[in-house]
Amino acid sequence: MNSYLDIDHVSITFPTDKGPLNVLKDVHLKVAQGEFVSLIGHSGCGKSTVLNIVAGLLSATEGGVVLEGKEVTEPGPDRAVVFQHHSLMPWLTVYDNVKLAVDRVFRKTKTKQERHEWTLHNLELVHMGHALDRRPDEISGGMKQRVGIARALSMQPKVLLMDEPFGALDSLTRTHMQDSLMEIQANLNNTVIMITHDVDEAVLLSDRIVMMSNGPSATVGEILNIDLPRPRDRLELAEDPTYNHYRAEVVKFLHERHTKPEAPKKTEGGNADKPKLRLAG
Amino acid sequence: MISAIRRQQAFNLPVFERILDYLAGDRLTRIAGNFGRVVLVPVLAVGVFLLLWSVGAKNVQTSLGQLPGPAAVWDQTVSLYQEHKAERDKEAEFYERMDERIEKAVAAGQPEDRIQRMRDRQYTGKPTFFDQIFTSLYTVAAGFLLASLIAIPIGIVSGMSRTLYGALNPLIQLFKPVSPLAWLPLVTMVVSALYVSDDPMFDKSFLNSALTVTLCCIWPTVINTTVGVSSVDKDLINVSRVLRLSWFTKTMKIVLPSSVPMIFTGLRLSLGIGWMVLIAAEMLAQNPGLGKFVWDEFQNGSSNSLARIMVAVLVIGFIGYLLDRGMLSLQRHFNWDKNAVLR
Repeated sequence: MNSYLDIDHVSITFPTDKGPLNVLKDVHLKVAQGEFVSLIGHSGCGKSTVLNIVAGLLSATEGGVVLEGKEVTEPGPDRAVVFQHHSLMPWLTVYDNVKLAVDRVFRKTKTKQERHEWTLHNLELVHMGHALDRRPDEISGGMKQRVGIARALSMQPKVLLMDEPFGALDSLTRTHMQDSLMEIQANLNNTVIMITHDVDEAVLLSDRIVMMSNGPSATVGEILNIDLPRPRDRLELAEDPTYNHYRAEVVKFLHERHTKPEAPKKTEGGNADKPKLRLAG
Repeated sequence: MISAIRRQQAFNLPVFERILDYLAGDRLTRIAGNFGRVVLVPVLAVGVFLLLWSVGAKNVQTSLGQLPGPAAVWDQTVSLYQEHKAERDKEAEFYERMDERIEKAVAAGQPEDRIQRMRDRQYTGKPTFFDQIFTSLYTVAAGFLLASLIAIPIGIVSGMSRTLYGALNPLIQLFKPVSPLAWLPLVTMVVSALYVSDDPMFDKSFLNSALTVTLCCIWPTVINTTVGVSSVDKDLINVSRVLRLSWFTKTMKIVLPSSVPMIFTGLRLSLGIGWMVLIAAEMLAQNPGLGKFVWDEFQNGSSNSLARIMVAVLVIGFIGYLLDRGMLSLQRHFNWDKNAVLR
């Protein structure tokens, strides 16, 4: 497989008050162009850290990330991020939030009129064309996340990085968003890395599911190829034995085999043990 | 929904509707409750205050006579207004007379430079109470504006750089609690040493007062801007990193808008402090303005002086209130967080 994105033996260690904390150890993953990969694992295992390293928001202590033959050294619009908490500018309208990114990324390659149309196009893509002049606090959580996705798509990224994009939504809205995402994915065929907690979401959307072992020193535990034909329909799949087999595999991993022999299982201790995933400043 | 509640609180339902409500009867209790809270209680409170004031004032004998009650203060308000009008009439008469004399001089073929001198002659009457109010407002606006122009950029850079914050913080903490009265002599000496001009654009007294105001109202804006800028949502900063925004674009598009609410909090505090500082500075330095009016009346020591000072006190308070309301509506206008409760 000629890899498009290569996460090459990445380790990261954060200094903490109690000494260095090794969050990721030797994470190795190759992603092909157009592939949809989910990262699944327990809270605090370092999924977001992997994503932030690919985004360039964090830099690996050892190893590195190579995208299309070039090493990732800083954040950039070719690796657009959809954050868990929409992260829209509250003082800008829906349109202006996307336009900010479009203006920045295409300031030299598109005319003003083209940028305007491209902004509208991306908002139509996520079905938000009706709310251009609303501000983020005037629309629902699902709508905000749609705008966040439109902003990320509008950058025409080589890799779309999604950090639990639907984690904060209610289950009905989440279902709609997953269907929307599949529809968009069918049209654009983006390369996507998505973090999720949700087993059904992972199986439904992904080409591959990367299951991560628990931290500290988390790494890739197991990779599951999801060989289901597209387009996928959640109702049909609910009865499908292959689907249920994949589902069971993931659940089994999460509940039985996620602990490594050398790292005794710890109780979920809230946020205390969580590494700081964001840079200060 | 929220706006509906606000409307009720403000009690500005059209009168007709209110009468309908009254006739309908079922909302009577609610209307009565609103009326009581919004109108009756404040009116009652002011009434009680006026009563206590007039009773209390009668029992205080000063060397300038009895402490004035509300009635005496009202009399002086009226008389200050009449003095102002009389002064304006005198001024108008003066210019009328001058115009006549200039016409005559022109007709008589007097030399041009002499006529020009007459044209340049200004009326030199004593400033009235209302003149002093405008002088004070003008001075505080100048001082406050200058302070904001200095404070907001300082706040932004010290909020964005921990190093600069470390450098500036001790200075801010040191100068913040300094009383305006301590600054004033220094400002006066520095201004008279540095501002040397044959044709000065500003009076020195104006500069002294305005700069003292500036020195005292820089700090709340600096501190609040710093806090606002340094507490920008990390996700938004990450967005700007993904977009590779330049330092300038990041500041203008993300950092500044995001800290607007805090900047306005600082500006409001600053203006409040500036207004208080100005009155004190004018009193001490004998610079024109409301402070000088108070001091002059105190030195004057007539039987009306205390009542006139009381008028000034009330006017100072009322103007301070208006300035604060003005800043509040600006703050509401520019605040993107429309759900924030500002009061």
